[in-house]
Parts: sequence; C-alpha cells; structure tokens
Amino acid sequence: MTGMTGSWLRISGLLLRYLYLYRRSAARIMGILFWPVMDLLVWGFLTTYLGRMVLPSAVVFLLGAVIFWDIFYSAQQAITLSITEEIWVRNILNIFVAPVSVPELLIATSIVGAARAGTSAAFLALLAWAFYSFNLAAIGLALVPFFFALILFGWAMGMFTMALVLRFGQAAEALIWGIPFLIQPISAVFYPVKVLPGWLQPVAKALPSTHVFEGLREALKTGRVDVRRLATALALDLVALLLGALFFAWMLSRVREKGYLSRLGME
Amino acid sequence: MIQVENLTKRFGDVVAVDRLSFEVRRGEIFGLLGPNGAGKTTTIQLLLALTTPTSGTARVLGWDVTRQRRRVLQRVNFSSAYIALPSNLTVRQNLKVFARLYGIRKAEERVRELLELFEIPGIADRPTGALSSGQLTRVNLCKAFVNDPEVLFLDEPTASLDPDIAEKVRSMLKRFQRERGVSIVYTSHNMREVEILCDRVLFISRGRSVAQGSPAEVIERANGASLEDIFIAIARDGELRDTAASRE
Repeated sequence: MTGMTGSWLRISGLLLRYLYLYRRSAARIMGILFWPVMDLLVWGFLTTYLGRMVLPSAVVFLLGAVIFWDIFYSAQQAITLSITEEIWVRNILNIFVAPVSVPELLIATSIVGAARAGTSAAFLALLAWAFYSFNLAAIGLALVPFFFALILFGWAMGMFTMALVLRFGQAAEALIWGIPFLIQPISAVFYPVKVLPGWLQPVAKALPSTHVFEGLREALKTGRVDVRRLATALALDLVALLLGALFFAWMLSRVREKGYLSRLGME
Repeated sequence: MIQVENLTKRFGDVVAVDRLSFEVRRGEIFGLLGPNGAGKTTTIQLLLALTTPTSGTARVLGWDVTRQRRRVLQRVNFSSAYIALPSNLTVRQNLKVFARLYGIRKAEERVRELLELFEIPGIADRPTGALSSGQLTRVNLCKAFVNDPEVLFLDEPTASLDPDIAEKVRSMLKRFQRERGVSIVYTSHNMREVEILCDRVLFISRGRSVAQGSPAEVIERANGASLEDIFIAIARDGELRDTAASRE
C-alpha cells in the first residue's frame, strides 16, 4: 500500500509498537516519571532553601529550568530509545525489512518523543505546584512556543544519537544518556549565558536551547516573551532538525553500505 | 521473480559476494547453500536492501532492490531463526504491529486468519517470550506471511527445532508454495531437508557460485554424491570436485 493512507498505517504501526512497549515496561514508565520527579524534588528543595537565604526569584528560575530541561531530555531519549529497544530485543531487522521509509520512522519516533515530553512536563508542573506553589502556567501562552522549541531540538538531537546507535550499536549506548549532559552546561539551563567564558559563549548561542532558557528566564522575570529570542531559537531548531535528518539519512546509507544492520540485528 | 546479475559486495578487502548470478522462478523453493561465511547471509541482505551492492544488479519482482527498496519490501518478507520478535508483547500485539507496518487495513482480521492458518489461535494472547521454539517458529512464519508475500526469504527457519516440528514446518511451507505460488529463498545446513524441500539449489563458497540446478542435477554432476557430501566437499575445498571419487 502506498500514498498517505499507507504511510499513516505504517506510522500508526510504529506508534502501536511503542505504546505496547511503554505499557509493558515498568522501566520505561520510570524513565518518564521517576527520574524527572527525583530531579524536581532535589532541585526544588535546594532552591527553596536558597530562595529563603539568598534570592527569592532563584526558586522560580531553577524550577522552570528543571521542568523545561526535562522536555528536551525526554524528547531526545524517546527517539533514540525507540530504535535502541529494537536492537536490544533483536527486532531491528524485522523493522528494516518492512516497507517503512526514513521519514515515517522519524515521524513516529518524534510523536513518541513529544508525547513523552508532554506527559513528563505536565506531571512535573503539577508536582511543582503541589510542593513549591510554583505555577508554571502563570507564564501563560508563552509556554507553548518555548515547549515547542525544546521539543524540536530534542528531536534533532534524538536523530543524531539514533544515527550513532545505528552505526556503532550497543557500543554507542552511553551516548544516548551522555550527549544531553554534554549540551546542558552550555545551554544556559540553570544560569545565564554570560556566566560562561567568552570563548564558549558563541558556541552556547549556536544552540537553540540556550535561547529558550534565556527567554524562559526573561519571561519568568518580566512576564513578557522576547519574540526575537524565540524566533532565533526556532530558526536554530530548523537548522538542527535539518542537520539531524541529513546526518541520520547519511549514517543509514553508510550503515547499509557497510552491512552493519545485520550485525545490529544479531548483536 | 528474482534476477541477480554479477552481484558483488566488498567489505574493504574482503569480497563477501563475488559476481554472483542466479534467478529464482515463480513458485519455486530455491535453496541458497554453503558453509558458514560463504556469503549466503550477505546475499539475502543484498536482496532485502539491508546492504547496498558494490556492483552488479539484483531485481526482485522486476524492481531494482536498491533503487526501489520500498516497492520490493512491500511484496516480500523475511524470517530468520536468529532474529526475534519483542518477547514482552503478546503474539497478537506483535502481529498487529507488523500488519500495520505492511499497510494492512484490517490488521486484527489478518492476524486472526494467520493464526488459524498456522494452527496456533490458542497462543494469540500469550507473551511471545513464553513460547516454545516450535510455536515461535510458527509465529515468525505468521509475521513472514502477514503481507501475503510473493517472495519469502527464510534464513534457517528450522534451526533449533526438533525433527517432528521441523517436518511440520516443511509441510506448511510446501503447502503455501503450492496453494499461494509464493517463491521462497531458503537457507539451511540440513541437506536432507534441502533435498526434500527445494526445487533448485545454489551452492556458494567464498561468495562465488559453485554449483547450481535442481538437487538431482547437482547430485548427478557430482557423480551421485549426496547433497551432504557435496556440502562437505565445498566447505573443505571451496569448489565442487568429483565428490564421489574423493569419497572412495
């Protein structure tokens, strides 16, 4: 079956696969809820303490940062783990001999990424409200584009790490968890970009996440959204997505050329 | 159904498939045979577009496998004893996922049909990881037939099965070949099985074609040696010599 209906059926098949996977795996559910909640609790109580001692607005900034960082992290993880899981259970060849196109695979995994990030963020926002009276929704509709900008960057990085996993197999698994934390220190997540050394600031500013977190802090402080910053983040997202998709397609063609798929399938 | 011409695949200095040419006709079971490392798996990978050829062409159902990958994959399928379906999903869930991946609208109905066809409706809601080897093989075959393929690639489907179940699987495959006219590319190290099942065979060694024809023709060319002896001779010498003479 070809055309849009066929494409949708294949995408829905992949989504069904991921839904079954999450429904049947306590570890996956933990991944969505447990670790982000632990992060929120540790940072939340620490910043409450700091807020009383030093700077009351720190609570708001840091809690917002924890919740928003998790949006990026969840989106990236969901995409990469979708493929890694197929390698773990030796199902990857079954997927690659099915008539699934690269865009269909990327769309399905991106939907999973967005769903996971949304679920996680909603849960964390609720907890932050219950524990620290932190109302994320007070930022209003400005939340939506920030959320969206981080999801897009999560997708781009997810494609990048998924490509590395396809190329290097289980040897690259550490990168799934490692790459986001390589980006975190230079994304101005918990502190402004001007804190970074001068030579590192241009690198930080090339990341969409930096503009999101800077913009988020601004919005939390003033209640206004810096549209220019948001537009920069979205423009950089598009570049990252394009590069991520091209890198994935290039790596997949290399993997096909070198015959690594069957090695992955039987690893 | 399949035309392969001068197909070559190099991995650096290693020539895994070396100017291989053969064809598989409609409705025949074609045995792709040879010792470990001969190039069988790489040949199947090339025919399934999992790997791209260095040179030569492979056409399945008239389409170039590399250029028209999705058209080919829509109408072929694959099963191997060495890959698995997710063990934590039930049989029904696994098959439903694959029915959708092959663009089948009424996935639930198709799954029911397949489970009936392979005489395993009773295990539909059991986790795939809890099945016996025989049941797993049938479930893998259900997956392989999910899109009613015109060409099927089966990589040692009876490996690890007891003789009774292996015989049942062979009978099923023969029945599907007869009733549905499906062409099957079959790899196995069990030469008795190959003799029973395959209409034609291709022996390869070091990526090259060594002998090709019906099992009877190949046996005749080797002066009446059994396929088992031919296999051993090819594994040891890398070519088909006067096998009967070498046995004496």
